[in-house]
Amino acid sequence: MQDSYVTADGRTIGATVMEMKNITLRFGGVTAIKDISFDIREGEVRAIIGPNGAGKSSMLNVINGFYHPQEGEVWFHGKRRHEMKPHQIAKQGIARTFQNIALFKGMSTLDNIMTGRLTHMKSGLFSQMAWWGGAQAEEVANREIVEKVIDFLEIQAIRKTPVGRLPYGFQKRVELGRALAAEPKLLLLDEPMAGMNVEEKEDMSRFILDVNDEFGTTIALIEHDMGVVMDIADRVVVMDYGKKIGDGTPDEVRNNQDVIDAYLGVAHD
Amino acid sequence: MLYREAGDFKTSYAKDQQTFPIAFDRWGYFITIAFAVLVVPFILNDYWSNAVILPFLIYAIAAIGLNILIGYCGQVSLGSGGFMAVGAYAAYKLMTAFPELNIIFVILLSGGITALVGMLFGLPSLRIKGFYLAVATLAAQFFLVWLFNKVPWFYNYSASGQISAPERSLFGFVVTGANAHPATSYLFCLGFVFVMAWAARNMTRGANGRKWMAIRDMDIAAEIIGVDPLKAKLTAFGVSSFYIGIAGALLFAVYLGAAEVGEAFGIEKSFLILFMVIIGGLGSIFGSFAGAAFMVLMPVLLKNIMVGQMSWPTDLASHFQFVIVGGLIVIFLIVEPHGLAQLWRLAKEKLRLWPFPH
Repeated sequence: MQDSYVTADGRTIGATVMEMKNITLRFGGVTAIKDISFDIREGEVRAIIGPNGAGKSSMLNVINGFYHPQEGEVWFHGKRRHEMKPHQIAKQGIARTFQNIALFKGMSTLDNIMTGRLTHMKSGLFSQMAWWGGAQAEEVANREIVEKVIDFLEIQAIRKTPVGRLPYGFQKRVELGRALAAEPKLLLLDEPMAGMNVEEKEDMSRFILDVNDEFGTTIALIEHDMGVVMDIADRVVVMDYGKKIGDGTPDEVRNNQDVIDAYLGVAHD
Repeated sequence: MLYREAGDFKTSYAKDQQTFPIAFDRWGYFITIAFAVLVVPFILNDYWSNAVILPFLIYAIAAIGLNILIGYCGQVSLGSGGFMAVGAYAAYKLMTAFPELNIIFVILLSGGITALVGMLFGLPSLRIKGFYLAVATLAAQFFLVWLFNKVPWFYNYSASGQISAPERSLFGFVVTGANAHPATSYLFCLGFVFVMAWAARNMTRGANGRKWMAIRDMDIAAEIIGVDPLKAKLTAFGVSSFYIGIAGALLFAVYLGAAEVGEAFGIEKSFLILFMVIIGGLGSIFGSFAGAAFMVLMPVLLKNIMVGQMSWPTDLASHFQFVIVGGLIVIFLIVEPHGLAQLWRLAKEKLRLWPFPH
């Protein structure tokens, strides 16, 4: 376990939150991830990059329990995590967004973000039937937290709009809101800026940095826009064909010969 | 002009989350309830009670139940008729085995038993979805009807194979059996409808409803934000079957009085309730009422027009009735696939701005 340090912009990076040890994931004969190890430290923005098909999304799916690796160990908060269902992992404080938006289309923005609070809501079915005692108080208390998220993401105006009607950029923002409402310890973002224009990317980068800065949330993200990654990430893992080819600060990664080869191609002689 | 929300400000989240956020709706709701309780019992006669009001109330409960399962949780079920039969036979067995048991408890317990049966038949939903689940629940329908036909214990070894409801009263008023006054049966059913619709609304607007809708809209994302699909689907099956079981118990004990399983709770009943839910609007409590009203009123209305006004022969009219109701359903689904509830919603949106839409 490493010592904590303070970054140039004044954030404290703490001890290791999550550690992946020698993860190997196979689908039949295809090996999606080969023997990868890396760690995520408390309070940092950790990026995972790599060309298409490198196994980045599979890696996130391993972290939130959607896939179970054939080999290797996942350590979370200093304890080895045994095979769990995704909904159990959500209760441990890991939230995520998806590459292709996975909002609940039939529900309003508010309801979508309220679903993020479900792991915190405990009232029983009968209490909810009567809307008495626990259920209503709990609903209001959680609504207050959700309203904070709505204010934070500047989406007050679309609170009651069904999410199916929203433009793409807003949908991405609502999805981030749903993950944030869970008050996660670790937030996984799968291409939060895919398909956005420059302005939307700037907004999203600002939100990601603010989440990290204000709430101290640890973030692991996959992103293709190198400019963004180099700007906002503290450390970067580079994957290619399921293997880790680089790991370090943006500067280290940028100058790594393997990474340059993977992205720009290499001459075969 | 009357229907407006301008100036109707909400100052707390509890107020913002109420069922009828617009004052006009709220008053409409109170007036409807007052009318249903204070006026209808006095003007109700046998014909209206038997042909329209009682079936409407009872099917509304069943439609709410099925709507919870299909409209809110997205699990298709074609077993409603079978589950109504479970409710009816449970009520019959309880009434004959425990004659002193209060009729309200009989009905509630029948619902509880149906909930357990429904959860049992809901177990496949964890593995199969959509059409495949529909077929699995269809199996439940046929199995349950077969079971109640073949095992004489369920109908107390009666020679006819029928079950008939013994007379039971509540606060001195007869509610089941031949001597029940239409107004008493009506108020008895109305009480159940009111409480159950209210509970359904509360469940679906709170955390449970969101769990169900999350499973309906995207089950993978739901699981990743922490919804246990097993629990969410089984509670939906349980609650839905509870409602349908109560509807079955009421249909048998209060409305029909005597029933034979294949006739009263066959596959047509499953489809009837499914039509109510689809025509009324998936995922809407109001839609369940609207759908039940449509499916109950339409045949009565057509019969009155064709036989009463145009003096057609009854058999011709009843055949035409099928053609017309069927045609209307098709037209309806083409014009407004989201059902009567959506029409109502659109009308409200228009009304909000009327008469100055700009």
